[in-house]
Amino acid sequence: MKRFVVKHVAFLLLTLSAVSFLVFTLNEFSPGAVARKILGAYATQEQVDLLTKQMGLDRPVLVRYVEYVKTLASGDLGYSTRFKLPVRDVIFKHLANTALLAAVAFACIVPLSTVLGVVAGMREASRLDRGILMFSTVIASIPEFALGVFLASVFVVWLGWLPGTATLVAGGGWSVAAQLVLPVAVIVLFDSGYVVSMIRASMVEVMQRPYIRTAVLKGLPFRAVILRHALRNAMLTPVTIIMLQINYLIAGVVVVETVFAYPGFGRMILEAALFKDIALIEAGALVAVFLAVVTNILGDLAYRLLDPRIRA
Amino acid sequence: MSTPVAAGTLSASSPAASRVWARRWRRRVAALAESTPATIGIAIVLAWVVLALLAPLIAPYPPNANDMAALAHTQPSKAHWLGTDHLGRDLLSRILWGARPVLVIAPLAVLGAAALGSLLGLAAGYYGRWIDLTITRACDIVLSFPVIILYMIILAHFGSSAWNIIGVLTLTKAPIIARIVRGMTLDLREREYVAAAKMRGESALYIMLVEILPNARGPLVVDMCLRTGYNVIIIGALGFLGIGLPPPDPDWGGMVKDTYGMMMVWPHMALVPCAAISSLVVGFNLLAVGLRELGLRD
Repeated sequence: MKRFVVKHVAFLLLTLSAVSFLVFTLNEFSPGAVARKILGAYATQEQVDLLTKQMGLDRPVLVRYVEYVKTLASGDLGYSTRFKLPVRDVIFKHLANTALLAAVAFACIVPLSTVLGVVAGMREASRLDRGILMFSTVIASIPEFALGVFLASVFVVWLGWLPGTATLVAGGGWSVAAQLVLPVAVIVLFDSGYVVSMIRASMVEVMQRPYIRTAVLKGLPFRAVILRHALRNAMLTPVTIIMLQINYLIAGVVVVETVFAYPGFGRMILEAALFKDIALIEAGALVAVFLAVVTNILGDLAYRLLDPRIRA
Repeated sequence: MSTPVAAGTLSASSPAASRVWARRWRRRVAALAESTPATIGIAIVLAWVVLALLAPLIAPYPPNANDMAALAHTQPSKAHWLGTDHLGRDLLSRILWGARPVLVIAPLAVLGAAALGSLLGLAAGYYGRWIDLTITRACDIVLSFPVIILYMIILAHFGSSAWNIIGVLTLTKAPIIARIVRGMTLDLREREYVAAAKMRGESALYIMLVEILPNARGPLVVDMCLRTGYNVIIIGALGFLGIGLPPPDPDWGGMVKDTYGMMMVWPHMALVPCAAISSLVVGFNLLAVGLRELGLRD
């Protein structure tokens, strides 16, 4: 266990420093001076030169990178030129919004895809299995923005049951709960298509093991075979995959957030990137990677807890 | 499937060898035709390829031509079968022309990722030790990064062009391929024919590319097919986010971005490109399902 923690924390630190260095140098080597990017196209050359000197941008990259890491470590994430607020406030506000969206979606994805995956995988190549496999393949093939447009055209344009935007401001006669329905539906459909096929594949593999045949041959009811023998073993591999979905739910939902004008973390980074809000991009990328690696570790941890063979 | 390919002895120019190849291909095509998902998938993908190739001939209008008169009635009509967009451009023509960049960029990026990923995976699996450790760690780092955020950052810095998209897709997908190839190399490098090649004094590069890689191709082909589908999704998503191919040339994702705000009035403008991109990805993914079934049966 101690080795596990040390190994993973070391990887976390390695990843974070690699990513921060990458994003930092990307700012340096992309066309145009850093000061020019901060001040915008309408600043005079004198202003650009002045800021370059003030920020010490005429010093070597490595020196400035070390300084940058020092400021980060002291908890100062910088100032967002896009939102005119400290980066920390901007990030946590948007992250909280996305966490809400992700939590609701995650609460739907896990039970839905577990049931579908297990039911499909317990009798391979049955009609039910083929049906579920086809359905999940097709659903996972539709890009999120297209799913959003399809669902919106039915439930917003045609039926008028739901609002087409989810700004989280309870205006226009729609409650926040009603606003969340469509974004959550898009995420759940798109993501469970993938998770279902993973759980199904794992279930199919487990059902071919000798101990399942033994359980069937000794006359256990099929229900008991599935619930008591197959399920726990079949969920081993997917647990890691399900944990990895958190990563997608936090950072990958930028498209869904854009479709429904949802004030979330992904859209914040998109805006930062489009406006060349460098401090926000750098901090946002670090937060995204931190979350990604941590969920990765949690997935590994869950795997260890479920599998008695490597629990020691 | 698991027969080692002795490339040196079978040169494709001799008539006997070409007959062997032809027979092998015919058998594969026949097997594919047996699988329903694969048949549907191939049909969809081929249909889009043909439509894209014939776009200059069959598109009723130039893709960027505005028909201002049609703006009064943008819905599908006799003059515009799928209607027009908010600038009076014929949707059918734009869909047909828009198939071209996607069908070039997505496969090219997959080929790039396969080439780079195979080399990295072969080197990691074959040499082991610190080379393996370095490559595996580097791949882990790239993979731990949420891809779409990586695209946003890189494309926002360097601007977006077809080549930049191909480059970014190649770099981010190569680690996945590298992982697969590394795993298979670890297994394959212990085989007798690899030992035999070493005894013959073949170079490491020859052993990796000629003895090992061809035998790792099964899972690779399925994965490349899936990747192509994902790439289509990502190219569409980038277009939708406004960091895809630059306007005005038609790009499916960009067409949705331009028009989905008008869905309450003209839903068809966004629905048509959405249907086009969805059908293409469904085609690639069904093909992958079919290929995987075949792989399992072997």
